[in-house]
Amino acid sequence: MNSIRLVHDELRPPGPPPRRHLISVADLTRDDVERLLGTARTFETALDREVKKLPTLKGRLVVNLFFESSTRTSSSFELAAKRLSADTLSVKAAGSAVDKGESLKDTALTLGAYDPDVIVIRHPQIGAPKLVAEVTEAHVVNAGDGKHQHPTQALLDLYTLQQSLGRLEGLHVAIVGDVLHSRVARSLIQAFALVGVRCTLVGPPALLPRGMEAETTTDIGAIRDADVVYVLRMQHERMEAGANYVPSLREYTARWGVTPERLRAGQKVMHPGPMNRGVEIDPRVADSADALVETQVRSGLVVRMAVLYDVLTGGPTGVRALAAAEVA
Amino acid sequence: MLWVKDRPGANVVFRGARVLDPGEGIDATLDVRIDGGVIAAIGESVDTNEHRVVDAAGLVLAPAFVDPHVHLRTPGREDEETIASGTAAAAAGGYCAIFAMPNTDPVLDSAAALGALIETAGREAEVPVGFLAAITRGQDGKELTEMAELADAGAVAFSDDGVPVVSAGLMRRALQYASITGRPLALHCEEPSLSRGGHVHEGSVAAELGFAGYPSVAESVMVERDLALAAYEEQRIHLLHLSAAESVAALRRARDAGVRATAEVTPHHLVLTDEAVRSLDANVKMNPPLRAERDRLALLDALRDGTVEAIATDHAPHARHEKEVPFEAAPFGVTGLETAFAVLYSRLVEPGLLPLATLLERMSAGPARVFGVQRPRIAVGAKADVVLLDLRRQWQVREESFRSRSRNSWLLGETLTGAVALTVAGGAVAFER
Repeated sequence: MNSIRLVHDELRPPGPPPRRHLISVADLTRDDVERLLGTARTFETALDREVKKLPTLKGRLVVNLFFESSTRTSSSFELAAKRLSADTLSVKAAGSAVDKGESLKDTALTLGAYDPDVIVIRHPQIGAPKLVAEVTEAHVVNAGDGKHQHPTQALLDLYTLQQSLGRLEGLHVAIVGDVLHSRVARSLIQAFALVGVRCTLVGPPALLPRGMEAETTTDIGAIRDADVVYVLRMQHERMEAGANYVPSLREYTARWGVTPERLRAGQKVMHPGPMNRGVEIDPRVADSADALVETQVRSGLVVRMAVLYDVLTGGPTGVRALAAAEVA
Repeated sequence: MLWVKDRPGANVVFRGARVLDPGEGIDATLDVRIDGGVIAAIGESVDTNEHRVVDAAGLVLAPAFVDPHVHLRTPGREDEETIASGTAAAAAGGYCAIFAMPNTDPVLDSAAALGALIETAGREAEVPVGFLAAITRGQDGKELTEMAELADAGAVAFSDDGVPVVSAGLMRRALQYASITGRPLALHCEEPSLSRGGHVHEGSVAAELGFAGYPSVAESVMVERDLALAAYEEQRIHLLHLSAAESVAALRRARDAGVRATAEVTPHHLVLTDEAVRSLDANVKMNPPLRAERDRLALLDALRDGTVEAIATDHAPHARHEKEVPFEAAPFGVTGLETAFAVLYSRLVEPGLLPLATLLERMSAGPARVFGVQRPRIAVGAKADVVLLDLRRQWQVREESFRSRSRNSWLLGETLTGAVALTVAGGAVAFER
């Protein structure tokens, strides 16, 4: 039956656009990724200047809410906000009302009362950023939630790959190590699928999640076929006696450690940090010219600037973004 | 074994209902008269006896439902549910009898505690309620409760529901001792060294979202163990909330071999899969977890062919603030008493996946058999335990629609077809829309 419409949908006044968050790579399209990387490139050129501060987000408030320890992610978000002239407020779980048993919802409501424009949150539990997005009016950026997602890490890794290898489409990346407990790996796998990067997961059987829709192998020899080897951090807490994911850290290193002998000459190596030298990555690999670890950190700053800019404006991107920033 | 507050017996005539009782082989448009809480006449144009007449044209009159598995949270968490609120919810869901699990605070493991609950039920219960007592003291899996005394005091069965009996040796002793009571053991099958604090079925959804996996084999190895022990001791067991295809297959083999085992499934395991967890909504977190489509289809097959005889809600009320947290921090469990029939009618019967008569049987006679209580039936001389169903009514599940003290339903906001219009439980009208 045909329904009678009094007003055509296209004639209705547009509603307010949905609030933009960055919670999971799964929420992004390829266009979103390309726009974000383009914006990051624009900001990178701006950072070459003598005065590095842009007025773009002047008067905006970015709250960094970190329930887990973090050096590079929290400092990178804070600097990204400052480079864009936003006010920043950093809240760490230790020493806050969280210690007194305050729930995440109540903490979010309390901070929400300051009307922040963006809340950047890191939390040990899956879905915490979504909860904050539901109970506050802020744009929420996920800086890592449990083993779920770390979307800005995946974006900065794409940016690093593109800057260092000149392309994304058609690359082959091997991700090595503890995939099971890694939010970085989960975000990367989705991001790689979006932009056409082939991905192979390599690690001990119990650390490769069952049901993961990806190429997987337990054979470390497989990393030689990849253009880039992405080494995951081996978390000591996973290796407690009785966990038995692997018999010992020593055996893990012997079997799956990334050493110069296991790499081809010129093969690029990435690591999200912090590194356990001598465990998942041989110090000679970590210090070699083929390691892109510092590039990753530098990329983190401009990519997070792009993310903050993007969730708040959703407007012009790339070169136009910079032009807009200049006149602001 | 069932307790309810004193209520006047109903005097009512249902005029022109489609009377549907699979156990009695009735499916016809008839009048049913209830005198003083007992079914007194079934036929065409029966005398009203000056009773109130309910025009039931276009409605279905069926044996009321029996729920073998609810949590009434009393004693200890009366903020979440009480015997009064839980049985009111049951009445609204069309139930004439429910069975409460003993994982309260403190655990129901002594005859004295059971006596106090029975006394409360005698004052407050809107529909008849039965109580299971714990298998082990404090449900700590170490020492057996005094099952004989508990049975004498009125326990219908024994269960450590919420946690498994981990030790095989202790499970054997429980089977041996429970045999003197004639009461079955109702078993929560979970091998904790395999579930390992998992929150979500181990499969592609958990892998993608990063949840610790709770594999189906954690259930099925325990089902296999308990079936083997029940066979060896020749004792009766009831398997709670089965979720995995392998568990159902094991049950089918054991029943074919003559093991006296019954089992139940929940509405959520029959309707949802782990795909629902993508919402990260704490109201789809339950133990056992939602599983894969192949598991759901196996449960549905087993329900159809009778391998699984009972539908149980596993009604598990939780305070709002306990569920308004990230998924991993939330407790397991969802409510179900007030939505069970409607969701199963909407999602299984209407699409043609399950005959209405089978649904009615598995919600009433099947669970009654599990605990050995008289099955509700529409027959002259039977105690009136009937539900009047409006199969055309559509309604939206809203927070304010619940009589339960808790609102942790996975169906909030959903529109369902099929509603309970009136419930007669234990001979008295317990609910009327």
